[in-house]
Amino acid sequence: MYDYTDFDEAFVRSRVAQFTDQVARRLDGSLTEDEFRPLRLMNGLYLQLHAYMLRVAIPYGTINPRQMRQLAYIADTWDKGYGHFTTRQNIQFNWPKLPDVPAILSALADVQMHAIQTSGNTVRNVTADHFAGAAADEIEDPRPYAELLRQWSTDHPEFQFLPRKFKIAITGSPNDRAVTAAHDIGLRMVRNAAGAAGFEVGDGGGLGRTPVIGHLVRDFLAVEDLLPYVEAVLSVYNTLGRRDNKYKARIKITVHETGKAEISRMIEERFAEIRPHFGGADQALLAEIRKAFAQPDLRHGPTEAYEAFYKADPVFRAWADTNLAPHREADHAIVTISIKAHGATPGDATSDQMRLIADLSEKYGYSELRISHEQNVILPHVHKSDLAVIHAALSKAGLGTANVGLLSDIIACPGMDYCALATARSIPVAQEISTHFEALKLEHDIGPLKIKISGCINACGHHHVGHIGILGLDRAGVENYQITLGGDATETAAIGEKTGPGFAYDEIVPAIERILRAYLSLRTHREETFLDTFRRVGMEPFKLALYQTEGEQDAA
Amino acid sequence: MSRYTPKVVTANRLREGDVVYQTADDRWTPHHQEAELIEDEAHAQMRLLHAAAQKLLIVGAYLADAKPGPNGPEPTHFREAFRTRGPSNYNHGKQADLSNV
Ligand code: SF4
Repeated sequence: MYDYTDFDEAFVRSRVAQFTDQVARRLDGSLTEDEFRPLRLMNGLYLQLHAYMLRVAIPYGTINPRQMRQLAYIADTWDKGYGHFTTRQNIQFNWPKLPDVPAILSALADVQMHAIQTSGNTVRNVTADHFAGAAADEIEDPRPYAELLRQWSTDHPEFQFLPRKFKIAITGSPNDRAVTAAHDIGLRMVRNAAGAAGFEVGDGGGLGRTPVIGHLVRDFLAVEDLLPYVEAVLSVYNTLGRRDNKYKARIKITVHETGKAEISRMIEERFAEIRPHFGGADQALLAEIRKAFAQPDLRHGPTEAYEAFYKADPVFRAWADTNLAPHREADHAIVTISIKAHGATPGDATSDQMRLIADLSEKYGYSELRISHEQNVILPHVHKSDLAVIHAALSKAGLGTANVGLLSDIIACPGMDYCALATARSIPVAQEISTHFEALKLEHDIGPLKIKISGCINACGHHHVGHIGILGLDRAGVENYQITLGGDATETAAIGEKTGPGFAYDEIVPAIERILRAYLSLRTHREETFLDTFRRVGMEPFKLALYQTEGEQDAA
Repeated sequence: MSRYTPKVVTANRLREGDVVYQTADDRWTPHHQEAELIEDEAHAQMRLLHAAAQKLLIVGAYLADAKPGPNGPEPTHFREAFRTRGPSNYNHGKQADLSNV
């Protein structure tokens, strides 16, 4: 993976020194909170409901075992022994104390990590397909481009005070696992007629208050044009984007208000203007970066033992069926480690679990790891003959749950258990759905299903693109949950449709059960997934199942 | 005429981030029930200003709705009720810290 250059190292260290001084000045009263707040946010430090929260970037979801161990060390030394992986491929520590934050940032810098631009109106952590560099369906590893974008956008003087935050996602595969359609810029690698790799560029996607699927601004962008083009998009947005109204400041609103054709024209015009100034230094840098993402030297060998074990052990087989994905090499597999044990908090890993994952990665995974936006951890390259021993080790540590892609593999944002912006809780809703269906032993029968839960309209839990989306609201001082159906986060992206009136906290699990029982009776055969069924039959049968028996539903 | 909804002044401690409440005798307590219940709007604004000036002790002071209870003020909204305890997924925060004392 990419190693910091002296320049990167010096930049991160000088930022730690700066912030150390700023914290000292806040603590001795030289800085007021109004002065300090933007400074702490620039360094990923938020004030939440019960404590501060530090958000650390995991660039494009790539992390090495040494970094993972350092996160465990930070969790043990300055927090409560765990960390929370988020939908933006960040990790959040929920309990740091202000005087300790400089030491934490310094410990992060020791392993080439930081919390810069994890907040504020800047280009945020560039997110990528979590199977990057390993997936069988991949055209090219997208991470060198993500790293190029990271270097270019970090502390970029023109883009430190954008109208609003700006999120870029990138995938190298036609099967979109990076939710690119819901990003301010979504980059999808494609090949043109001549066979050259380039990007299909989507723009103006986003969830939140006004969910929008990005529109296509370029169907083919040559790789060499990536930086000038992205810079052109940001530059147009920086000029046009509204700074008078926070709710109208994201680029999706700029696109809407300016018109797709006009904004595309402006982007192309700006692109033509700045393209000549990119004299090739970016391409030289990209070539350097590419070397850092060279494929590990994969070990080849027989896989009969794996196949025999797969046949013999039903527990292992269930796990292999859900948690493995096809690797580029037939004798390897991509392992998704579920950090969604039934009843556990989605995305939370204890320090012991982090250390075990780091060990397994070193021993069997060529020292590679990824964090997914779905809040799981990936071992991207594992020889199949090592899978059984990995599964055994994971199971002992509570990490062997065979549920990836199933009902209990729920995305949930921190919600009102932590987040100061929340309007309702999301974590306990996820926990209860997961334990309820585990008790019914229904999740394997139900099959592929994405449930996504947000604790407010900001939609960090991606509820709009969940097959079943749940949004927690405050209705007259009571938690109320609105359900959407039919959302899709992939290359066939769609925004879910509201079912109707919301449900109280203690009614939400039964409501989800009614939806899923309806699905089981509506599907034509086992292979027809929930989403397929919804697309075939539409909303009506689900509405009936939800509301028919509920005479006195809240009409909010 | 609508009556003024009683308030408490609440904030987070600057260093630790813990949720605290302002008492009538100008302390910051972790216990909601020890907070000063303010029933007059003008007085509430004064107490909030007084709180906000204590920038070495607390951060983010605001007025939260409350009501009288048998042992002192109680929160009226679920958000404030959660703030008196801590998260629901772990025994962390005040529900753990205060049960140890
Ligand atoms: S969706 Fe809302 S509640 Fe959830 S983390 Fe985002 S801002 Fe907080």
